[in-house]
Amino acid sequence: MDLIDQLKEGNKRAAAKLITLVENKMPGYEEVLKEVHKLSGNAYVVGVTGPPGSGKSTLTDKLVKSLRKSGKNIAIIAVDPTSPFTGGSILGDRIRMNDLNLDPGVFIRSMGTRGHLGGLSESTRAAVKILDVMGSEYIFIETVGVGQSEVEIVKNADTTLMVLVPGLGDDIQAIKAGIMEIGDVFIINKSDLDGANRTKREVEMMLDLSHYERRPRVVMAVAMDNKGIDEVVEAVQEHHDFLVTSGQYHQNRAVTARDEILEIIQVQTMKNVLENPEMNKELESLTRQVALRKMDPYTAGKYILDNIQG
Amino acid sequence: MDRPIRVLVAKPGLDGHDRGAKVIARALRDAGMEVIYTGLRQTPEQIVNAAIQEDVDVIAASILSGAHATLLPRISALLKKEDAEDILFVAGGVIPEDDIPELIEKGIKAVFTPGTPTTVTVKFIEENVRK
Repeated sequence: MDLIDQLKEGNKRAAAKLITLVENKMPGYEEVLKEVHKLSGNAYVVGVTGPPGSGKSTLTDKLVKSLRKSGKNIAIIAVDPTSPFTGGSILGDRIRMNDLNLDPGVFIRSMGTRGHLGGLSESTRAAVKILDVMGSEYIFIETVGVGQSEVEIVKNADTTLMVLVPGLGDDIQAIKAGIMEIGDVFIINKSDLDGANRTKREVEMMLDLSHYERRPRVVMAVAMDNKGIDEVVEAVQEHHDFLVTSGQYHQNRAVTARDEILEIIQVQTMKNVLENPEMNKELESLTRQVALRKMDPYTAGKYILDNIQG
Repeated sequence: MDRPIRVLVAKPGLDGHDRGAKVIARALRDAGMEVIYTGLRQTPEQIVNAAIQEDVDVIAASILSGAHATLLPRISALLKKEDAEDILFVAGGVIPEDDIPELIEKGIKAVFTPGTPTTVTVKFIEENVRK
């Protein structure tokens, strides 16, 4: 495990290699994750989400610069979409973070979603753990540009920043379920544009109708011009303090752990079916019957589940 | 190889024209690769640093400014210094034929000049990337 030893010493090269290893599920990746899990859990994870073009990368860049003044080690995971047709992708979030590139206290990794829905990639959580062990005190996860229902970030971040911009729709959009429910801090970015006040008002109204233990703060910002950045940093700190004093910090992490176990059960069960030649044959024949409407999928699924034990 | 090839498309130096870089980025994407594009005006240090953090298989540098004889060998040298010579380093852009042998000697594995079909670049990368 010499890469892990190097990782513990803060070696970026080792972190980069280990992320590749787990992202591609190369031989030994489970062993790495087992090891890394026990050592992780120290970094504070901030999720940055919002529609495409709302300024997530630029905001992340500015927030990280601001936090760097206090000497914190920071990692950024930037997720961009993978083409469903070719499997290729263009990962362009680094363009907005060029000044951070040579800062020795910052590590940036771009990831393609590789078919994973929900706004993150399947390996994002694993990458967070690796960067945590590397010694990052803050880890920023920038999601793909989201629509209305990519809410997976909440399960992976301690504080979720919802970045909005003026002009994306009326107040009905704001009261719909989904992404509008997951912000711990709302940021109206590009607030020098027309309609920013209205957008803020609509978010505030949406929050008026919600039942929160702690009402999320709404911050006006122009990330490009460094406006509102200190306020966002302050809001993150406030939310952090709230999580810790209310006990929710540990509660949230317990929920994540449970999710993680359930996810592994799900994946492993599928694997047991697909990697067992007999089960595979069984699946084929059941598939035909279900397609021909001679059997229903529930009965077929139950049959498989009853037969894979062992 | 069943995992996607990761490529850093880089624009070293001071030219402000990245149409070519974008065309090649798009072609590599369509060939199923993960392309990290870092934007204009990158120093060799920035490029190599990004390549290491992103753990890419390939660096594809596009250069039109005429500074290729200085900047490209500098990237090669940094890769060597970082013990990252296993990264396949290719270049493209307005580079005179006469300059190419020297670049190849300094560790640039291939140079693609204007008019090269993107399929040629894609094929070269697929065939020469570390397995």
